[in-house]
Amino acid sequence: MSNQSSKSLSLANPHPIYTNTAQKIGLALAVIGVLILFLAFFGVNFPNKGLFLGLSFLGMLVGTAIYAVGSYSAVPEGIKNTAVWHNSLSNRGLWGWIFGIIITGFYVLLYWFPQYLGLGENGASNTGLIALFDPLSYLLNGKPASQWFMYGTIYTVAILAMGYKFILKYKHNKYQVIRTISVMFFQLGIAYLLAELLGNLNSKDSLYYAKDLKNMWPLNYYFFEDWHLKGMLGGGNMGLFFLVWGLLMIFVVSPFLTYKYGKRWYCSWVCGCGGLAETAGDPYRQLSDKSLNAWKIERWLIHLVLLSVVVTTIAVLFTYFQNTPYRMLFVWGVVGFLLVLTLLMFSLRKKIEGISKIMPLLLIGGCVVVALVFLMNVFSGNSNVFFIESWKLKQWYGFYIGAAFSGVIGVGFYPIMGSRVWCRFGCPMAAILGIQQRIFSRFRITTNGGQCISCGNCSTYCEMGIDVRSYAQKGQDIVRASCVGCGICSAVCPRGVLRLENGTVDISTRTVQERAIHITDEKVSVIGM
Amino acid sequence: MNIVIIGNGISGITAARWIRKLSTHNITVISAETDYFFSRTALMYIYMGHMRFKDTQPYEPHFWKKNRIDLIKGYVKDVDFNSKKLQLSSGDGIDYDKLILAVGSTPNKFGWKGQDLDGVGGLYSYQDLENMERYSKGLKRAVIVGGGLIGIEMAEMFHTRHIPVTFLVREKSYWNGVLPNEESDMINRHILEHGIDLRLETELREIIDNGNGQACAVITNKGEKIDCGYVGLTAGVRPNVAFLKNTNLIIERGIVVNEYLETNIEDVYAIGDCSQQKNPQTGRRPVEAIWYTGRMMGETVAYNICGKKVEYIPGTWFNSAKFLDIEYQVYGTVLANPPENHESLYWEHSEGRKSIRLIYDKNTAHILGFNLMGIRYRHEVCEKWINEKTTIEAVLQNLGMANFDPEFFEEYETALIDIYNKKTGKELKLKQKRGLDAVLRFLKI
Repeated sequence: MSNQSSKSLSLANPHPIYTNTAQKIGLALAVIGVLILFLAFFGVNFPNKGLFLGLSFLGMLVGTAIYAVGSYSAVPEGIKNTAVWHNSLSNRGLWGWIFGIIITGFYVLLYWFPQYLGLGENGASNTGLIALFDPLSYLLNGKPASQWFMYGTIYTVAILAMGYKFILKYKHNKYQVIRTISVMFFQLGIAYLLAELLGNLNSKDSLYYAKDLKNMWPLNYYFFEDWHLKGMLGGGNMGLFFLVWGLLMIFVVSPFLTYKYGKRWYCSWVCGCGGLAETAGDPYRQLSDKSLNAWKIERWLIHLVLLSVVVTTIAVLFTYFQNTPYRMLFVWGVVGFLLVLTLLMFSLRKKIEGISKIMPLLLIGGCVVVALVFLMNVFSGNSNVFFIESWKLKQWYGFYIGAAFSGVIGVGFYPIMGSRVWCRFGCPMAAILGIQQRIFSRFRITTNGGQCISCGNCSTYCEMGIDVRSYAQKGQDIVRASCVGCGICSAVCPRGVLRLENGTVDISTRTVQERAIHITDEKVSVIGM
Repeated sequence: MNIVIIGNGISGITAARWIRKLSTHNITVISAETDYFFSRTALMYIYMGHMRFKDTQPYEPHFWKKNRIDLIKGYVKDVDFNSKKLQLSSGDGIDYDKLILAVGSTPNKFGWKGQDLDGVGGLYSYQDLENMERYSKGLKRAVIVGGGLIGIEMAEMFHTRHIPVTFLVREKSYWNGVLPNEESDMINRHILEHGIDLRLETELREIIDNGNGQACAVITNKGEKIDCGYVGLTAGVRPNVAFLKNTNLIIERGIVVNEYLETNIEDVYAIGDCSQQKNPQTGRRPVEAIWYTGRMMGETVAYNICGKKVEYIPGTWFNSAKFLDIEYQVYGTVLANPPENHESLYWEHSEGRKSIRLIYDKNTAHILGFNLMGIRYRHEVCEKWINEKTTIEAVLQNLGMANFDPEFFEEYETALIDIYNKKTGKELKLKQKRGLDAVLRFLKI
């Protein structure tokens, strides 16, 4: 039925002939903005780099804004998913593949061949694309641009431009508007500007500490690496603050907020990866795989990544403490922590049974195995507590997970696998928050009695690939570890069936039986009353 | 036991699923329409590009094998109720021990001249959608006949493809046989806001043949000729029972069933759109071609077949729809032409796209119904209030509990209370705002 293919670059209109004047002007400006970056990449040496970079951003930001106004302001507010599956950019068509290959290529260069982006090596000055960012970098942190500065800047511009578009698209939905302002604020203010300014402070004594206040372990997997720890410990009050803040985030702030609001407080309100997915990635959310098989793969993969980051972190920390008086304190600290987790899980297993039988068992198993392997190696005098040298583990994790998975696949595959590939299959932070969300959060998506018509809009537009409909049509509340609480299922539902809610009543009370219509021993009644 | 179900829509599939939950009988579902169950109500979203056809299928293909539900794609030509045998058009025969007829509806045609031309069609089946798609390319105008729920869906569909639509509505306001005046008027305005050519009090007189057996224009009852390449017939549906007419099965408008969904022939049941209740529940129509009633009948018939007799009790009326961008929900009794004892409390947003209407009994003050436009209310809460004959004042003071709009959305319940206070001189206050905890306490879940 969707053979109505279109070569339009527009994501809002099905046919090029219907692209209105405002959209054309906006698109042209945005293309000019991107073109400047491309020209710089292909070696054009712009005379006044600051000016041209400014023009490029202006083109992208203003162009996208004009385009968005053209797309959404002339039509009545409402759900704007028309022609999503008819457009080759958003239906995995030719343009989708071309776009996917371009971004994937960009990430490959960024992570492994930054010299081709113009990074000056061995003290040489920058050229090409990265050189274009030098003036801005000097302004913000007093150093020439690195590939990461260039990337962070483009990333922020993408979230701002596409965030504005998203806000106009969902202007009738206050939850979406506020949430999007939140991710835009956290990216621009906290992750970009504040981090760059703090980076400025770093350079004084050449010590390094965490710069992005909201980027916590294990998403920030190098938080516990020795250079980073030393940086924070030697970084004076500021360094110490970051160490304490980082630990508080992991052990206090994030579990508390997840308890109150679900993992959405982070994944779709604060996180940078989530921020990009929710804005620039929004046109691709429908491409996530909703099959049962995908869900099975997801559960194994994401928890294996979590396991590997835990193992790597313990190994790295052990190396750090190995030749200090705190060696055994650290060992028993780790074992104690794993023991507490195990006991906690054991005591909670009955409560969670309704939601998941296997999860507590796997978690207990994971903790016990890690603790045993760790102790065994410590007491047999093996400094490689997980059999492999810690720097190797660290390197592998950084290469396969930190770069290849989260960057190249995570964003490069947006137009092919949807916008949350990393968040769904890989992110260890999402894994931890997901476990918390399932075990002790107040957050759930409630369904509205018998109103579901099984249409499938909720499942289709779930970026995390949750088959929302399978719950909604049975009248069951949705409690899923992976749900990032973006609220789009609720927005696109044409019958008013879904609502994101926090409540003190146990989340599993309405997740078990089929509730839509129910025949009890006494009578037939609608919705299990 | 071999249970055969004809029709793989919501009724037939719900029946199959529940029979599987309750028993180990052999289950066969026959459909000529599609290989797998899909959500009929989602057809419009395929055309509009919101979803692919496969996205409208609630179960993956492996579901059927795993649950031992055999699916046959075929057209049942004949049913021999005496020898309990079905005849497929492919020539195959299928024996059954129990038969469930869940054969759905077919669009109404009222004998208009030209109603069977090419380029004329309803919107009920997957084939109807294919037909619409076939004529969409290069289409200059579509005329839609019939101002109901399907008509407005079809109008929206063409509209999203930038195909001009003329929408003929017989009544003097859209769907005003069901919607009260204010809501009906809201939808009139909304249709025009979208740039759809709405013609109220206009009927189809005939469809003109272009000489090749294809529709090229319509003539209305006002004598106007409107050129068009497609004519959508959406003036309601009727049970799809023509192929059963020459049997012993008692058929009036639909296949007549008793409260256990049994037909007059032993071991033959009828559910969903095609069935007609012999003794409908008070206030309900004998034929209700509604998604939700189909689903309830499916579950009910499964119990009856699996040896537990239960009556079909549809319970408190509810329904929902979406008119272009405006969502609609109704709980309980809200009538376009209410009897004298129905008192209405109506609030409408100044922008004219949201409204809340509460209906209560003037004499007893019991709440009777809720009608929502652009605002979501909780099914279970509204239903409980109605079933427990809660008074209007008790409902008003706790009305926030019913609100199901997303977080941060404005709450308008106080506006409704203000109207009530003005009307009665009382000073009621909203005691309960939106929120889950109070709801679950109220529902005692």
